[in-house]
Amino acid sequence: MPKDINRDEVQRLLQNGAQLVEALPAEEYNEAHLPSAINIPLKKLNKQTIELLDKSRPVITYCSDFQ
Amino acid sequence: MSGRAAWRLESLGCSLVYRYAAGKLDWFAWALPMEGEFAAIPKAGDVIQAEVPTCVLTDRLGEVYQRCQAAGWKVCIVVNDSRIVLGRLRREAWKADPETPVEQVMEEGPTTFRPDHFLEPLVRRMRDKKVGSVIVTNPDGALLGILYRKDAEERLQEERLRKGGAEKNAGQEWVSVGYRRR
Repeated sequence: MPKDINRDEVQRLLQNGAQLVEALPAEEYNEAHLPSAINIPLKKLNKQTIELLDKSRPVITYCSDFQ
Repeated sequence: MSGRAAWRLESLGCSLVYRYAAGKLDWFAWALPMEGEFAAIPKAGDVIQAEVPTCVLTDRLGEVYQRCQAAGWKVCIVVNDSRIVLGRLRREAWKADPETPVEQVMEEGPTTFRPDHFLEPLVRRMRDKKVGSVIVTNPDGALLGILYRKDAEERLQEERLRKGGAEKNAGQEWVSVGYRRR
């Protein structure tokens, strides 16, 4: 079950090798995103697009805010 | 949206999935690093003066005034133990009896801005309202510093010269990452 985390936990997990995925459309990702984040928009999340990810390592996903 | 993305990632076989629910608006509001087209746009946090005089509610006005004068300041920010901004001393407030507790003469609830606010629309707003300085805080309301319009205008002028003046800036219609200008 996915776990909600805060900003401090994001930083700690990233230091330990977590992967960061922005789920917003590419236009919004191109404007501004977190360092090291890759862009996989929600509408394009599938077996092919997540081949970029190492499934054995933690993955953190985010969008703009609490939506 | 990030909730659905997290569940979808898990359904696709990712074993450890986390959701940063507050998202990138929270990240940038805390002045953490940004990548992308907007990263190069000057922001409030780039030009603040962080070494700002502060006092607490129970301080006496006269003592605070002398301390600020000695340091060359005409303003003092009233904070609590966590540096949360409660008020501001400036202008007429200094004319009260020196024995007056700060709490009785301070300006209550001054307007504050986040460090990720884009500088250009902020300066325009300050000009429109004839404001020379604004307080910058983190999202919890803790003091980060004071932004002076003069410093901001100089920073924007440097940016224009660097870009050659005529080029349209990325994010021109935005106030900050999350808020498009009306």
